[in-house]
Amino acid sequence: MNRIEAVNDFVVKFANVNGSGSSSANELFAKAILQMGVPVSPRNIFPSNIQGLPTWYEVRVSEAGYLGRRGGVDLMVAMNPQTWDADVAEIEPGGYLFHDNTRPLPASKFRHDIHVIGMPLTELCNAAYADPRQRQLFKNIAYVGALSVLLQIDPSVFDTLFAQQYKGKEKLLDANLLALRLGIDYARTHLTQPLGLRVQRSDRVGRQIFVDGNSAAALGCVYGGATVAAWYPITPSSSVAEAFQRYCARFRIDPASGQHNYAIVQAEDEIASIGMVVGAGWNGARAFTATSGPGVSLMTEFIGLAYFAEIPATIINVQRGGPSTGMPTRTQQADILSCAYASHGDTRHVLLFPEDPHECFEHAATALDLADRLQTPVFVMTDLDIGMNQRLCQPFAWDPARDYDRGKVMSAAQLEAGADFGRYKDVDGDGIPWRTLPGTHPSLGSYFTRGTTRDAYARYSERGPDYVANVQRLLKKFATAAELVPAPVQRPAAQSTPLGVIYFGSTSPAMHEALDVLGEAGIHLDALRLRAFPFSTAVADFLAEHEQVFVVEQNRDAQMHSLLVNELALDPARLVRVLHYDGTPITARFITDAITRRLQLGTPPRQPQAKDHHHGECTA
Amino acid sequence: MTYLAKPCLHHPSLATNKVGYTRRDYEGKVSTLCAGCGHDSISAAIVQACWELDIEPYRVAKLSGIGCSSKTPDYFLGAAHGFNTVHGRMPSVLTGANLANRELLYLGISGDGDSASIGLGQFAHAMRRGVRMVYIVENNGVYGLTKGQFSATADNGSKSKKGVVNHENPVDLVSMALQLGASYVARGFSGDKAQLVPLIKGAMGHAGAAFLDIISPCVAFNNHAGSTRSYDYVREHNEAVNRLDVITPRHPIAVDYAPGEVVEVIQHDGHALRLRKLHDGYDPTDRLAAMNHVQTHQARGEIVTGLLYVDAEASDLHEALQTSHMPLNTLGRDELCPGADALARINAGLGCQGS
Repeated sequence: MNRIEAVNDFVVKFANVNGSGSSSANELFAKAILQMGVPVSPRNIFPSNIQGLPTWYEVRVSEAGYLGRRGGVDLMVAMNPQTWDADVAEIEPGGYLFHDNTRPLPASKFRHDIHVIGMPLTELCNAAYADPRQRQLFKNIAYVGALSVLLQIDPSVFDTLFAQQYKGKEKLLDANLLALRLGIDYARTHLTQPLGLRVQRSDRVGRQIFVDGNSAAALGCVYGGATVAAWYPITPSSSVAEAFQRYCARFRIDPASGQHNYAIVQAEDEIASIGMVVGAGWNGARAFTATSGPGVSLMTEFIGLAYFAEIPATIINVQRGGPSTGMPTRTQQADILSCAYASHGDTRHVLLFPEDPHECFEHAATALDLADRLQTPVFVMTDLDIGMNQRLCQPFAWDPARDYDRGKVMSAAQLEAGADFGRYKDVDGDGIPWRTLPGTHPSLGSYFTRGTTRDAYARYSERGPDYVANVQRLLKKFATAAELVPAPVQRPAAQSTPLGVIYFGSTSPAMHEALDVLGEAGIHLDALRLRAFPFSTAVADFLAEHEQVFVVEQNRDAQMHSLLVNELALDPARLVRVLHYDGTPITARFITDAITRRLQLGTPPRQPQAKDHHHGECTA
Repeated sequence: MTYLAKPCLHHPSLATNKVGYTRRDYEGKVSTLCAGCGHDSISAAIVQACWELDIEPYRVAKLSGIGCSSKTPDYFLGAAHGFNTVHGRMPSVLTGANLANRELLYLGISGDGDSASIGLGQFAHAMRRGVRMVYIVENNGVYGLTKGQFSATADNGSKSKKGVVNHENPVDLVSMALQLGASYVARGFSGDKAQLVPLIKGAMGHAGAAFLDIISPCVAFNNHAGSTRSYDYVREHNEAVNRLDVITPRHPIAVDYAPGEVVEVIQHDGHALRLRKLHDGYDPTDRLAAMNHVQTHQARGEIVTGLLYVDAEASDLHEALQTSHMPLNTLGRDELCPGADALARINAGLGCQGS
């Protein structure tokens, strides 16, 4: 029988029952491989449920540092009888199945082209632990122990990890060590080892950090000077606010007085959340909310007000599958248009597209600056894939000289010196007006903020010319924004090519891998990673320089493609859509396949048969 | 008269208050509401209250929603910043503004459509949260700006100008505010300025969420026979539980009352609320009794007015959140950014190799 042989390059998937305590054990497994210096990229695939439904944890091990989802499974740890058949079917031919064989299963439950490793986990844990909860819990740690032997993970890495995790909790440490040893000892004496899959020490991890994007975005808000956070719980964004709370408790409490240099309100809904952010922004505090698509839908009236009344607001949108309740625990990039044009009337909003937790941190802090500078809502468009999964990325960076850009706020002294204050007057030619904060000066600079039209001095006006002048200035301001937002990142092909590809956000690692694979196959594409909307001239130039440009995105309706065509007045025929939208993260295999087929056939295939069977399409 | 500009020159003999402002300095733009609108009387009462309390106009932030009532912040305290937000959502914007700068006085102006219908949720949650503010609902039982539809505070059985009888039960914002934890709850009548001004002054000195339901007849659409929010009906059915005097150290009022007739409450700002009882046994510091009294008398078709409840020990959202005494909007990088060294430690903690 064929046997998959791979060192530092394979996929392990754990099939568990939600609420069984598997997630910390699975994370321990991923961290153990990182300790070996080998890059891994784990993904939680979980249901909208607290207990009982199936959940998976997929760990991609990649010496090359490919952190996108690969597709396919080389080793399945099948711990959930509910999903057994589908889990077993997913294993690549020649791959491995690890399972609890306490209760024997009929031969019909297995495949002939895979290697089966059985271990009586239930029996072993029942013998070792008296408490039913512990019996269940430590099964997970025991299989991590066994796997470490099978994959040749150095046992000493667990000493380091446990020492970190259970510092000061020695009782827990002992119980976990016992379970780990249980698995290690059993595997050493009873299981054939090693497998064809092996982990070998490497130096490819280096200084990189391992963190989830939601925590990173929250930390970015702390560094970026946010003082007011208002939010409403919604998957997959809740952990942004929770992490903000945690970091504030650590960094924002004055040690002498105990006073909090922040205020966090869990609001009654997303409408109130954005209302509080708008109120705080109006009054000069940096404020943000974190939400997901359904929340943005509710916020749109306020977003229109903030656009029109010109009030800073930062919105972290951790996107999930829509529309409606959609797929709350699955990932998509499907809020591009609803955020870019949120609200009735003519509006346009600034969007940032972080590719990983490193950029979630960076973009959150940048968004707070941009919101103040531009006096408008700014969205950080992250998603579930980078938001809720831990990802290996570059360490967070902060220039000690960096100060906050508070934008054009007129002081009492400026007013006193005779500045002609017109709240909606374009003084500097960039479309950005000056503002005053409430309570600044006893007799100068007060104005009435409203969502209705007004003249340059904030006086109520329904005169056509006043309205037109104002909304034209808003367009000018948006053009200013295009050169202030993070610039796109370009990756030229190894040789000159008429082909280009545009991608953004969490597609990044899969795209990088696909570009390598395509390059090896002689298909060369210049790549441009969008980091923001509005599009800068660099984006227009890139499109002009290439005959055909693929636009890779994770939604059904090619929303970024539409935005590019609409905003840059492009001929849509020059853009080819590569769309992935089944709720799983896009893979390099999918992208490679879609682009290859398109180039080979010259005509759009109806349904590319990607190996991992994800629904998607590639059409011009 | 909306087409006449206000004169800019003030009579030199106009009295100034302790902070050097005349009453005219508390005015705003000329009202564009209908002649005789109750809302204009409320604006005048706000002007009077602020002047008497020596509040500097620019230290007030005026926020409102959408509707006739929500237009009024433009008509008083012209030197203060104002924000006419979106329909029913003033409470959240006010909450955020208040969090940003705890030093200003937050005045929320809303109407019965704005607060009892589209904004009922935000009204309720702002009260629950104990946001320090003066929340005024100018309550006329009708949608004025869209020309006469019933609002959610219209009484069941009351009749619209077009003769339609309302068959839905009213939302009573006073009862809700009491239940939800507002710590200063009053009801006034725009036609009784002597009662109204002290109620507003008491609210402005209150340390927590103050709510005032002010019955304010709509002369255009709800001032006819069959309405329970007309001037005539409210005058006939007004059941005041007490008369309030706000005693400031600068304006002592030396009036002797018989024992048992007066309740005095000292608020955090040092002002005394002196309440002359008009109703036997009414205790404005007893929340449950207040709820009971309001419900009982409303069931009889009476409109209970006065200072219905006050908690002199009230606290607010900032106290609960232990927010910095310095307004959050004044904090800069030094107070807010943990710095590069702290980030290096965070990175080390998230690193993957070694310990």
